[in-house]
This record gives sequence, structure tokens and C-alpha cells, in this order.
Amino acid sequence: MPFPLLSSIIFLPLLAGLLILFIPKGRTGIIKGVATAATGITLLFTVFMVTGFDYNNTLMQFSEKLSWIPQVNINYHLGVDGISIGLVFLTALLGFLACIGSFGIKERQKEYYFLYLLLNTGMLGTFLSLDLFLFYVFWELVLVPMYFLIGIWGGPRREYAAIKFFIYTLAGSVAMLLSILALYFTSQPHTFNMLELAAAGSAFAKSFQIMVFVGFYLGFAIKVPVFPFHTWLPDAHVEAPTPISVLLAGVLLKMGGYGFFRISFPILKDAAIYFALPFAILGLINIVYGAFVAMAQTDFKKMVAYSSVSHMGFVMLGLASMTVTGFNGALMQMFNHGIITGGMFLLVGVIYDRAHTRDLDKFGGLGAKMPVYAGVLVVFTLASLGLPGLSGFVSEFMSLMGGFTAFRTITIISVLGIVITAGYFLYMIQRVLLGPLNAAWAGIADINKRELFTLVPLMVVTVAIGIYPLIILNYQSPAITELVRQIGGLLL
Amino acid sequence: MVKFAHLIPLFPFAAFAVNILFGRRLKKASALVSIGASVAALAIAVMAYIGNAFGGEGSYTVGRWISFNGFALDFGVIIDPLSCMMLLVVTVVGTLIQVYSIGYMHDDKRYSRFFAYMSLFMGSMLGLLLSDNFVMLYIFWEGVGLCSYLLISFWFERPAAARAGMKAFITTRIGDTGLLIGILLLFFTTKTLYFKDLAGLGINDATLTVIALLIFCGAVGKSAQFPLHVWLPDAMEGPTPVSALIHAATMVAAGVYLVARTYGLFLTQHTSLIWVAYIGAITALMAATIATVNNDIKRILAYSTISQLGFMMLALGVGGYEGGTFHLMTHAFFKALLFLCAGSVIHAVHTQDIFKMGGLLGKMKATGWTFIIGGLAIAGVPPFSGFWSKDEILSEILKGGHPVLFGVAALTSLLTAFYMFRLIFVVLFGKPRSELHAHESPAVMTVPLCILAAFAAFAGFFRPVKFEFLTMGVSIAISLTGIGAAYVFYILDNKLLPASLRSRFAFLYKLVSNKYYVDEIYGALIIRPCMRLADIASGFDSKVVDGAVNMAAYLSLTAGKVQSWFDLYIVDGIVNMTANVTWLCSAILRRFQTGFVQNYILIAFFGLAIMIFIKLIGGR
Amino acid sequence: MIPQSHFLILGAALFAIGLYGALTRRTAIGILMSIELILNAANINLITFNKFLGGPDGLGQVFALFVMAIAAASAVIGLVLVIAVYRNMKTIFTENMNIMKW
Repeated sequence: MPFPLLSSIIFLPLLAGLLILFIPKGRTGIIKGVATAATGITLLFTVFMVTGFDYNNTLMQFSEKLSWIPQVNINYHLGVDGISIGLVFLTALLGFLACIGSFGIKERQKEYYFLYLLLNTGMLGTFLSLDLFLFYVFWELVLVPMYFLIGIWGGPRREYAAIKFFIYTLAGSVAMLLSILALYFTSQPHTFNMLELAAAGSAFAKSFQIMVFVGFYLGFAIKVPVFPFHTWLPDAHVEAPTPISVLLAGVLLKMGGYGFFRISFPILKDAAIYFALPFAILGLINIVYGAFVAMAQTDFKKMVAYSSVSHMGFVMLGLASMTVTGFNGALMQMFNHGIITGGMFLLVGVIYDRAHTRDLDKFGGLGAKMPVYAGVLVVFTLASLGLPGLSGFVSEFMSLMGGFTAFRTITIISVLGIVITAGYFLYMIQRVLLGPLNAAWAGIADINKRELFTLVPLMVVTVAIGIYPLIILNYQSPAITELVRQIGGLLL
Repeated sequence: MVKFAHLIPLFPFAAFAVNILFGRRLKKASALVSIGASVAALAIAVMAYIGNAFGGEGSYTVGRWISFNGFALDFGVIIDPLSCMMLLVVTVVGTLIQVYSIGYMHDDKRYSRFFAYMSLFMGSMLGLLLSDNFVMLYIFWEGVGLCSYLLISFWFERPAAARAGMKAFITTRIGDTGLLIGILLLFFTTKTLYFKDLAGLGINDATLTVIALLIFCGAVGKSAQFPLHVWLPDAMEGPTPVSALIHAATMVAAGVYLVARTYGLFLTQHTSLIWVAYIGAITALMAATIATVNNDIKRILAYSTISQLGFMMLALGVGGYEGGTFHLMTHAFFKALLFLCAGSVIHAVHTQDIFKMGGLLGKMKATGWTFIIGGLAIAGVPPFSGFWSKDEILSEILKGGHPVLFGVAALTSLLTAFYMFRLIFVVLFGKPRSELHAHESPAVMTVPLCILAAFAAFAGFFRPVKFEFLTMGVSIAISLTGIGAAYVFYILDNKLLPASLRSRFAFLYKLVSNKYYVDEIYGALIIRPCMRLADIASGFDSKVVDGAVNMAAYLSLTAGKVQSWFDLYIVDGIVNMTANVTWLCSAILRRFQTGFVQNYILIAFFGLAIMIFIKLIGGR
Repeated sequence: MIPQSHFLILGAALFAIGLYGALTRRTAIGILMSIELILNAANINLITFNKFLGGPDGLGQVFALFVMAIAAASAVIGLVLVIAVYRNMKTIFTENMNIMKW
């Protein structure tokens, strides 16, 4: 039996979390060490996975399949393909960096790291499971630690934010569960296997597909988040501690998009085609509306949160296009957004740790005091506003290219959203870094080595993808092409 | 053939990387890194130029950038007379300006950062020139825009500079959005993104016309054409070498270069070409009029730049490809020269108001004379370079059969000569108007001035001279009239004439000196509505969308409360009532259970007595 | 010859005195003594009814003797209990003996 790489990736954090439970409370150094080592080794495993991945093969790789509850045909079934590999790597990378970013947390560290590692297991499992039941288990597993991480270590309105996040996502999950069950009982023979369902997908009646699609849509759209289900996001982001915001924006939002890629579109082809136009319109609303709302924000974190809403709109637009270009753009946008916004949240955390405020109007002129920080912030901001040469541009461009084939007018209006994006990001830079130095921050210290260490890898990835996007496209594009061929989209 | 042209932008990029990473350790040496890279780029550009001149076109593919599912985009390098000429201009001017910057920025605290940005800018611009397809061009195009942002707001402690940088970036990005849509539309209409395919796409096709106009949008933004010209004057908040490099010689040239590069498309779409011509003409005239009434030395030059760029667009629009690109080159030299001279003046007197200067020629010989050469060049006095290119443009307009546009061009030339010599006469001649301790700038600044002056003077001979005596005569007459008018106004009759003209055309003067209120109109029509929309959207988001969520939560909570009340008082109430009744009964019965035997006996006795009594009565 | 009713009146009176004593005495000893009186009243009635209703001779007396023996035994146990209670609680008043009450 080959080495169960994917299981190791998923359960290593959990094992480390259990180990932490046996470490005395006061030994925070050891606790941090174990958590960092676990996430680091997980990252290492994913690197093995990436290097061992054959990207010309569009089938599932590193598959593991064990019978779990044979009476109802539930399997412990893992696998990775070109669609999930990027997200798994993203999760492991952010999981590791955010773990280092967590060193600033001083209260109840034992519980924190345990929940943190549990969260990691949930996220990795979601991206790797190929059985709807298992998928659902991991999906829900993410919720619980997240609830506590926001609710205990969060900001002043943490209880409200945590409960809003929890209830909102749970409501979506319930709809999703209904859809999962509907699929199970309609398929012949009854199965939870995503691959088998995708292969049998055309057998479902269109009206049935539409109903099931809506159920999944509720579950995924809340996570993405798609307008008008996005309001949990600013609250959760603002209240969550920095590393959790990073994972929230970097990984959790991707779970929704991934769901569309893995479940909604392959299994429910007809419904996906039926809903393409609404998807595009929602994408447009996300892009433009999110940008406008972000412009009006005075809270740094909230602004970044709304920018996420805007950026995830490109994912919706790319998905709606039903083209290879659009799908590639959408999937890549998820990866890039995870990297860029993760970095942005880390940067917000850096400044919040020093100034204890996130009010953009209270900063000013920090560029002179924190030159390194300013440089890093500018790089991430530029990546975020889609400057060519950095990763955000490539994926946005491809999403737009895809969208353009299918929905010309909508795409043109979306392009205008880019101007607004540039506007609010530069306005933020101006208020934080430029202008005369606000006397209150005369003694502020520049970014330290540990913080820089968490940001540099993200920056490297951003620049690398921006300059040479093939490093990620090579992995995802064969799988995407296969997916589009299966669902009968345009091979453009 | 030459396969090393793609190295040209890599040198400045490397210099950027070195300076940004090790700038603090390098200190003053960072300038040398940047200049070294520029010189290396210059050397290769010269080689490419020579190779191109002798070996014909040398475009080639560098590598694959993106590919999926059969779609592939290769990055290549385009080597033709246009790109070679521009490569030379950018590297020469760029190198000289960087040398000049050593003197100008010598005590700036972000010295190495400055040179890093300069190199990044050089690299982006050179990459833009070499691009052989739209996507690659767009990438470097935005890179250039980024550098303008970084450099304009270089002294970011000054709020005006910070604002100006943002304005430049966003204004050009509006144009870029048009360009991006144009690129997308082009790709889906024609399935190509390469410049070399543009000429053969079809003639006067409606979609292609739209594409051409959208591409022109990008050029309008970058080259500061009306209506997106507003960013350039504000961009003068940046250090003067930046103004020289970005806003005179090279970055704004990118727009003209784009139109020239995609000229094949424009030529086949006549409607779009007319648009180019008219936008250019409007810009040229409008900016020239503003320049005549402005008092800020750098802003005069900025408006002059806008005007000259309009001139180039006009030339391209009437089919004068040669004239337009020729003027692009000569303008790069003399405008860079003028900006650097202005920088030298500002460096000496620490003010930008020309009416606080005066008589500087005596104190600043090198700066003054090179300034005059630049002025003569831009005014179109033979044999300086500007004369030849401007003359060619005028004759091409005439040849194209556009009398109205010719009138506009002639008027612009007149105004150009006028405002330029107004500037020169006020700054360099006459008596000092305020207490200034002017001194000549160091050699590191004046030597580049002299070299640029040589270029400005003789660049007109880089191409075979064409003699067309009619337009030449007209052109010389126009220039001399302008210079003469300036002489009359500002040397002979220092105060009266301008003032009387000003009062006679008060409305016009007010309109022009307020830059036609374009900024105010944008503020009222675009920026404020945008901000308000943002506020409304935000309010909508927190009140309506989030309100709906919270309302749902509130309603569920209320429903929960009602049910909980029901549960507590009705459902649980019944259970509790059962218990309560039992308890009540037992409480009564408990009273009898005293625990005293005597009480029991008493009760037993009385009970017995009652039983006997009943027995006795019943027995009866 | 003394009529039967006199004996019965005596027995009833004795019973009434005993009952009254049992109900009203506050000390355990008093109650014990009263109970003795009640038993003796019963003895008188036993002997009286044997004499006047014509049962076999001596039957009532035998019953009376039994009752006296049992009364003596019960008095002993009662007194022992009272003494034990008194030793523990320093009281012979019945209302104070409430430690086993609810």
C-alpha cells in the first residue's frame, strides 16, 4: 500500500492538535513549536504532492479509498486533481504562515493552537475529499473551530460576529445537506461519490438539477460570498484575530468557489448552463458594488474585506462564462486572491498591533516611518488592484476574457469596476502611508523580521505568478479543459 | 540577427531590484547602479538600432507567457525603425536625466529609492517599446503608470504630491480601462493580439473602429489628451527630473507610441483616425492657451507638453505618421531639456513662480543658454530640431486637406512660440523681481543640459531634410510673430499691454486661467457622485443588506422568544401545575402528621367516639 | 350485693382518667403511668364481665393477670427507653423528642 500522502496532509494537524492537549498550559513555547512544526510538515507534504503531481493526467491522483459506512455506501475517498491542488497548496501555505503570524496571540494559547490545527484539518479535508458525505463532514468541521477562534480571540464585537458567521454558514450548509441527500437518493445506485455523480450527471432531470443546484448554491454562495449573502464577511473579518482573518479570506472563501467547481458545475451541468446569466450578473454586482462599498470604508480591515467581495466577483464572472479561459481565470483568481488578501490581512494586523486602531483617517505619513512596511503594503495593494506583472492581473484578465465571450456588456461594466478598485486602494495608500506624518505615530516601529517572514513567501508567489503564470496554469489547465469538455462549455 | 534586444529592459529592472533591496547599504552608489544599467541598455539599443538599420526588421519571439487548451500567447520583441528610434530616445534621455538627478536629488533622504523607481520606469518604458503584442504592452503600460504614481508622489509628505500621484494613476487608468476593453474586443473579434496582424484586418469595419477608438482611449489617458489631460499639470508635484523623464520625454510619449504602433489599424478605420486628429487638435489648442496665462514654470512646461502631444496626435490623425513620430523624437529631446533647465532654475531659486524670477541669464549661463536653445527648438525656429518636425506636421496637415485643423495647428504654433518666450523673457531677462540668490548648478547637472541641448539643436538632421518652402515660410513667420509678441509684451512694455488685454477679455482670461474648469467639472460630475455612490452603497450594505440579515436574526429571535414564553408558561406550565397541586394537597395533609403520639391517640379516640356515636344512631 | 354498673362506672372512670392522662401528660413517664391506669381499667372490666356474664370461673382473672404481666413488661421497656432518651437528650418531654421527625 502506498504512503497515504493525502491522509497525512489532512490529519497531521489534527494529531498535532491532540498532542497539544497533553502539553501543560504554561509551556507555550512547546505548544507553538508543535503547531508550527505540524503546519510546516503539512506544507512540506503538499510540496511533495505538488512535485509528484502529473499535470497532464486529468484523473484523480494520490487517491485513497476505504469503505467507511458500507450500509449507505459512504466511503473515505480522497484525491487531488488540477482543480484542487492549487487550493490545497494555498491552504497549507497560509496555514503555515498564519501559524507563525499567530505568535502575537497571548491569551489561552493552548486552546488557540488546538482549534487552529483543527481548523486546518477541516479546510484541507474539504479540498481533498471526493465523497459528498466526507466533504460535508469536513465542511462543517471548519465551522466549529472558526466560531470559537472568532468568538474568543476576536475584537470587541466578537460574539456578534462569531454567531453571525456560524448561523449564516450553517443555514447554507443545511440547504447543501438537503441537496446532497437529494442527489444520493436520486442516483442509481445510491452514491455519495462525486466522480460517479459527475459521470451520471446527465441522467438527472433538468428541473431536479435546478432545485439541487439552488440548494448547493445557498451553501456555496454564502461562503464565497456572493451578494447579497456577503454581510457576514466584513463583520467576521473585522472581529477575527489577524491569522484567522488570513485563513478566513484566504481559504474559507475559496471553499465556496471550490464547491462550484467540484460539485455544482460537473454534477449539475444543465442547471449550471441555466444559471449562467444570473451568475454573471451576480459577479458584476459583486465586483462593482463591492468596490463602491469598499471605497466608503474607514476601517482598514473592513475595506480589505469588501475588496474580497469585489475580487470574488471575478470568480463568479469566470464561472458564468462556461469557457476554458473563464474557468482558468476563476480558479486562478481564487488562488491569487488567497495569496494577496492573506498578505493584506497580515499587513493590517502588523499596523493594528502597533497602532491599536484600524481607522484609515487616523493614520498618515507612515511611509516615512515604516519604509519596509510601506514597500510591502504597496506591492500587495498593487497586486490587489490588478497591476500587470503581479498575479492579480493575470487571473482577472483571464476571467474577463472568458466573461467577454459570453456576456459582453456585463464584462465591460465589470472592467469599469477595476477603476474604482484602483481608486479605493490608492485612496487607502494615501491615507495610511502618504501625506505629512501624523504626530501620534512618531514612535511607530517598522515591520519586524517575523512579520516579514510571513509576508515574503506570499510576495514571491505573487510576483512569480504575475511574471510567469504558466507555473500555475500548467497544473490547472488540463483539468479545467477536461471539466469544460464534460459540461459542454465553450473550449475557448 | 540581433537576438539580444530583450535584454534592454532587463538591465534597468535588475538595477531596480538591486536598489530596492540593497539601497540602504548602497547609499549614493545606487545612482551609479541605475546609471550603469541605463548605459548598458543604451549600448544594446544602439546595437539594435545599427542592426536594424543594416539588417532590416528583426522582430523575434522570446518565450511563451501563457498557454492553455490550445490558446497561447508568446512574448516577442519588435524591432523596427519606430521602436529603435524610441529605444534610443528613451535610453539617451533617461541616462542623461539620471546623471542630472545625482545633482538634483543629492540630499534627498530617499535617494536610492528614487533611483530604483527611475530604473523601474526606464525598464517598463523600454519593455513597452519592445512589446509585440497587446497583452505585453498592457503589462508594461501599467508598469509605466505605476512608476508615474510612485515618482509623482515621491515626496509623499506633501499632501499635494500624494494627491497628484493618485490622480495621475486613476486618470490614466480610466483610459487604460478603455484600452483593456479594446484588447478584449480585438481578441474576440479577430483572434489575434499581435501588432503585426493589425493592418490586414479589414477596412472601415464598425467593430474595428470601436476597437481603434478604445485603444485610442488608452493613448488619451497616457498622453494626457483632452479630456483626460488633467493629471499631467498636477503631476508637476514630483521632483523635476521625474517631470522631465516621465511627463515630457517618455511616459506621455507612450500614448503617441501606441497609436503609432497600431497605426495599421487606425489607417484602415478612417472614422477613428478623424477622432484622433480632432482630439489632438482640441488638446493642442486648449493646452497652449492655458500655458500662455500660467505663472508656474513647471506647469507652463506641462501644458506645453500636453499641447505638443496633441500636436503629434493631430499629425497622426491626418495621416502624418512620419511627422508625428519625428516630432515625438525631437520633442523628447527639447522638452527634457526644458524641464531640466527649469529644474536647474528651481534648484537655484527655490520657487516656481516665474514672476518672482528674472534676469537669471547673467547668473546661470549654462542653464540660461541651454534654456534658450530649448525654447528656440520648441518655438520652431530653424535650424533647431523642433522646426523640422513641426514643419513636417504642418505640411502633412495641409496635404491631408484639413484647412480647419491647419488653422488650429498654426494658432497653436503661434501660441507655443509666445508662451515659451514669455517664459524665457520673464525668467532669464529683465531685472530680478525678488530677493533671490541664484547660482549656477553643479556640473553634474549642467553637462547633461549641454548634451541635451546639442540633441535639441541638431536632432532635426537625423532624418533627411525635406524642403517645402511654402509651409516653411509660414512656419517661420508664425514662430517669429509669437516670439515678437512675447518680446513686445514682456521686454518692451513690461506691464501695460498684458494687463489691458487681460481686462478686455476678462471672461476669456478667467476661463483660461482656470484651465477651462475641467477639474471642477470632473469633481462635480464624476468624483463627488462616485464618492456619494460609495457612501450610498455602503449605507445600503449596512442598512438594507445587512439589515435584512439582522432583521432575519431579529425575527427568529422574536419568534424564539414567543415560543419560549409559550413553552415556559403553557407547556411547562401544565407540568408544573400538576406538581403544584400535588404539593398543595400534601401541604394540607402534612399538618396532621405532627409526630406526637398523643395527637394520634386523641384523633383515634375521637374517631372511635364518632364511630360509636354513628353506630348508636344507625343502630336505632 | 354491689351491682354490676358500679364496677363498670369505676372501670370507665379509671379509663377516662388514664386516657386524659395519656393525652395531656407532657412527660413520657406520666404517659406510661396513665397507660397503666388504662390497662387497670381494662382489668376491672375483664373481671367484672367474667363475674356477671357467667363465663367459666377465673377466666377473667387469668386475663387480668396476663395483662398485668404484660403491663409490667411494657412499663420496663418504656422506662428503659425513657431513660435512654433522657441520657441522650436530657429531657423527658415528648415534644422535644423530635429528631426523627421530618
